[in-house]
Amino acid sequence: MALVTVEDLGVRYGANTVLRHIDMTVEPGEILTIVGPNGSGKTSLLRAIIGAVQPASGRVTLKPGLRIGYVPQKLHIDPTLPISVERFLRLTHRATRQSCAEALEAAGVPDLSKRQMSQLSGGQFQRVLLARALINKPEILLLDEATQGLDQPGSAAFYRQIETVRTETHCAILMISHELHVVMSASDRVICLNGHVCCQGSPAVVASAPEYRALFGTGTGGALALYRHDHDHHHHDHSQKAAE
Amino acid sequence: MFDDFMTRATLAGVGVAFAAAPLGCFVVWRRMAYFGDATAHAAILGIALSLTFQVSIFAGALAVALIMALTVTFLSGRGYAMDTLLGVLAHSALAFGLVAVSFLSGVRIDLMAYLFGDILAVSRSDLLVIWGGAALVVALITWRWSELLTATLNEDLAYASGFNPKREQLILTLALSVTVAVAIKVVGVLLIAAMLIIPAAAARSLARSPESMAVIAALIGAVSSLAGLRAAYVFDTPAGPSIVCVAAIIFAAFSLTGMQSRRKLH
Repeated sequence: MALVTVEDLGVRYGANTVLRHIDMTVEPGEILTIVGPNGSGKTSLLRAIIGAVQPASGRVTLKPGLRIGYVPQKLHIDPTLPISVERFLRLTHRATRQSCAEALEAAGVPDLSKRQMSQLSGGQFQRVLLARALINKPEILLLDEATQGLDQPGSAAFYRQIETVRTETHCAILMISHELHVVMSASDRVICLNGHVCCQGSPAVVASAPEYRALFGTGTGGALALYRHDHDHHHHDHSQKAAE
Repeated sequence: MFDDFMTRATLAGVGVAFAAAPLGCFVVWRRMAYFGDATAHAAILGIALSLTFQVSIFAGALAVALIMALTVTFLSGRGYAMDTLLGVLAHSALAFGLVAVSFLSGVRIDLMAYLFGDILAVSRSDLLVIWGGAALVVALITWRWSELLTATLNEDLAYASGFNPKREQLILTLALSVTVAVAIKVVGVLLIAAMLIIPAAAARSLARSPESMAVIAALIGAVSSLAGLRAAYVFDTPAGPSIVCVAAIIFAAFSLTGMQSRRKLH
């Protein structure tokens, strides 16, 4: 069965509707990427899946007993909080020293366990977050723009690590990304979101979909040429404009 | 041994230090120092009410501190910045409390005793309340330690791990109210926040893990109580403020040596 099933999901913050009529599933072992402009509800969708926001309508069903590994968009550790990498990894799961070492190895930072979290570089920090997510052998990894703040080589290396993780552990990966070239090369499936699901399918299908082009322009070979667009866009109009 | 007022005062001080240390660490980590202040200021209103209705000071202070803490939790993230909200609520509660006290005709109360505490007047039953409250707070925080830490780091991480960070916030709020209520007699309303924050902040430069920071903070708090009371006895100074002074001196000493050793590393 699907790991995550989202049916007719709507999310509202006060009077502000951020998501409406979302239907999607995440199947075991697939890499599914959510793309969309700022304010399109990507993070809200992820937060609804982990239960951090209550749906205003519809529902989110997780496979019973699903093990989730979550890598947040940003994590701020106050400098007054002393905590070593190993202690951080063992925070929520009573993990053994052995499994900490394995998780750090899998995340590509095997030698950091004794370091203080406050001493890590941006790239190391993100990999430790990844290691923390891997420690309970998740069936699904959720990544919310996990490479924010990393430079281009840093984020490319990070995504290669994600692919390695998938190959080795066969866990499903649901990620939000701004980096279209990464999305197009690494994903099995792409969902283009803008308050609702604009289009979805394999990267090739999505890249050629007029809805996607309306949001991101025609250059999909890695260019981040975001066209100016209206958030309440009409697909038809924009696709015409994009084709012009 | 409980017959001696100095013994009782020392035990009271150490009891408050033990409750305040782990809680103070969370107050520092979560940057909610003013939250402690606000809760404590509200306690004056609680004292006035408990004198009016002839219930125990502890119960009145606890109830109002709790209401205050819950109000702040409820209102946060609804329009006003946290520090503005706390400023409004803390000082209004203090003002209303002081006005309410002035209405109490017939009862002459020594307001200074509540503002600055009167640790030397701690009775046996006060000791029971203080150690009972401290035990409750330490037990609560120990029980939820990992969850509280996770929720402090990141709320979504808590959700993804399958528990509700709002509930953890509520546990901290509850523990804070209990600590404020039991500490009123010892250091008074104006200096409770000092007992929360100063030992925890002083422990930071020595600690390598969250747990060791809480333990070191408890030791610093206990030493401050002992030395502060001793100093108050020798120099005939007010007891509560003397305890806070000692804690502040320890903080200054540790921060300076911490800065020095860090400079050597570079």
